[in-house]
Amino acid sequence: MYTQGLDQKQKKSAADPADTPERLAAFQARIDAEEKIEPKDWMPSGYRKTLIRQMSQHAHSEIVGMLPEGNWITRAPTLRRKAILLAKVQDEAGHGLYIYGATETLGVSRDDLVADLLSGKAKYSSIFNYPTITWADIGTIGWLVDGAAIMNQIPLCRCSYGPYARAMVRVCKEESFHQRQGYEIMLELCRGTAEQKRMAQDALDRWWWPSLMMFGPSDKTSEHSAQSMAWKIKRISNDELRQKFVDVTVPQAEYLGLKMPDEDLVFDQKTGHYRFGEIDWQEFWEVLKGNGKCNRERLETRNRAHDEGRWVRQAARAYAEKQAARKAA
Amino acid sequence: MSKDQALIAYVTRMGDNAIVMAQRLSEWVGHGPELEEEMAMSNFALDYVGQARMFFSYAGELDGKRRSEDDICFLRDGWDYGNVLLVEQPNGDFGETIARLVLFETFYSLQLEALATSPATKLAEIAARAIKESTYHLRHASNWLIRLGDGTDESHRRVQNAIDRLWTYTAELFEADPVDQIMQSEWQGPDLTVLREHWHRQIDELLAKATLQKPEDGWMDSGGKGGHHSEHLGYILAEMQSMQRTYPGANW
Ligand SMILES: [Fe+2]
Ligand SMILES: [Fe+2]
Ligand SMILES: [Fe+2]
Repeated sequence: MYTQGLDQKQKKSAADPADTPERLAAFQARIDAEEKIEPKDWMPSGYRKTLIRQMSQHAHSEIVGMLPEGNWITRAPTLRRKAILLAKVQDEAGHGLYIYGATETLGVSRDDLVADLLSGKAKYSSIFNYPTITWADIGTIGWLVDGAAIMNQIPLCRCSYGPYARAMVRVCKEESFHQRQGYEIMLELCRGTAEQKRMAQDALDRWWWPSLMMFGPSDKTSEHSAQSMAWKIKRISNDELRQKFVDVTVPQAEYLGLKMPDEDLVFDQKTGHYRFGEIDWQEFWEVLKGNGKCNRERLETRNRAHDEGRWVRQAARAYAEKQAARKAA
Repeated sequence: MSKDQALIAYVTRMGDNAIVMAQRLSEWVGHGPELEEEMAMSNFALDYVGQARMFFSYAGELDGKRRSEDDICFLRDGWDYGNVLLVEQPNGDFGETIARLVLFETFYSLQLEALATSPATKLAEIAARAIKESTYHLRHASNWLIRLGDGTDESHRRVQNAIDRLWTYTAELFEADPVDQIMQSEWQGPDLTVLREHWHRQIDELLAKATLQKPEDGWMDSGGKGGHHSEHLGYILAEMQSMQRTYPGANW
């Protein structure tokens, strides 16, 4: 969902002449045999493109995701919480770097991928275009956003592309820490004063629906992810993942004594699943288009950091060149 | 001032330096020139938070008033903060942040080294732990100072300006007030005159490698140790303490 579950159809560009039917069939046979595809292996150009798009969006999301949480580091209410939050944000930077690295195995450069993020060409998860208003938002992000991320990333640990699958194994371990720490913040708030409970409920009211949107458009309307499924990049559909998330999260909210902001939410005895209300897809598409509370700010912040850091990167390069020249002399 | 009072004041000050550095470095999250540097800055900030917690908890144990690390951090106003002026200065550009790190960490490493053999065993333990982190921060910042000083004309100019601007806050590091004096005589704390010589030697060497000029000592500012701060500390505390001040007594 860090990729918004948007499995856009590849534009039918002129078929790559290297993608012969024999090669495609052999590739599919490897996938069907659950073999991992490694960087040096032959792969269809569409497979490569799909992965580059999905993995780079994932990496961008980790990086942009540092901003809403970074917003609370200097104001964390205790030293212990400050330390935990700093460590979390550092983990996310690590995830970003790690996934950029895995993406580079597909023959693209991190600099080019980042340029696409900064120009607005590449997407990142819309969830990070929502603001962090109170401390409870930090708890809620850990609980719901990292929670939803895990839901999506556990199946990615079995993704057919080796480097991505291995990255996800490592990342998932840390995300589950984040999820538990977030929930712990919520527990503390819900055991606390009336003001703290109000803070917790308010944050849940604002984050619940956007976190459901993280799984992407409904299977009914979403463009075909059949190809991603066949290639075993994606293994579980958007709606199935969303349902799983709802099923585990609703009891957690109940335990906290919080009310989900959904009048239609009800447990269905027959299916054993929660039924929930209609998602506001209008909002989903608007935020995706750029019309969310923080879209502009997030991109501006990353662009400013990049621009203001240019002289530093130039200096590092110039120094490295001087050193190389000195050694050669 | 009794020897125990001096120890409490000294340990609290060390916590103050650490937490103010942590606040400043945290400001780089999301704004660094490279992702790797954002990670480094937040990593250093995390180290400083850890150190502040150890110093504050120890100070709380020593004074026996049942104050927690959070009480000490979040419920004192500026005049009771004893951090040096150097650490509360704004980050400036990346070069200025690096320059401040170098100037402060060169001092701090020496200070920690001296304290690692103090008969105040808990302080010695904390110092021994912190010194590993401090050494690493210093190495990282020194490498950047050399890169920036010996990089491009622009980076050289920027980082030279930063050193010049921060220089006025460096004398305070070595001004021994009664707390420092009692620490030295009773708890084997550092002799700041000797420490100053070491600091200058190391800084001279580093500035030369970075092709930077050492500033002349002009008018030198001070007062932080005694609670006389610049305008900047008030904002750092207002931000850092806002939750504890707005919701007194709550658990988080
Ligand atoms: Fe992450
Ligand atoms: Fe993630
Ligand atoms: Fe996370």
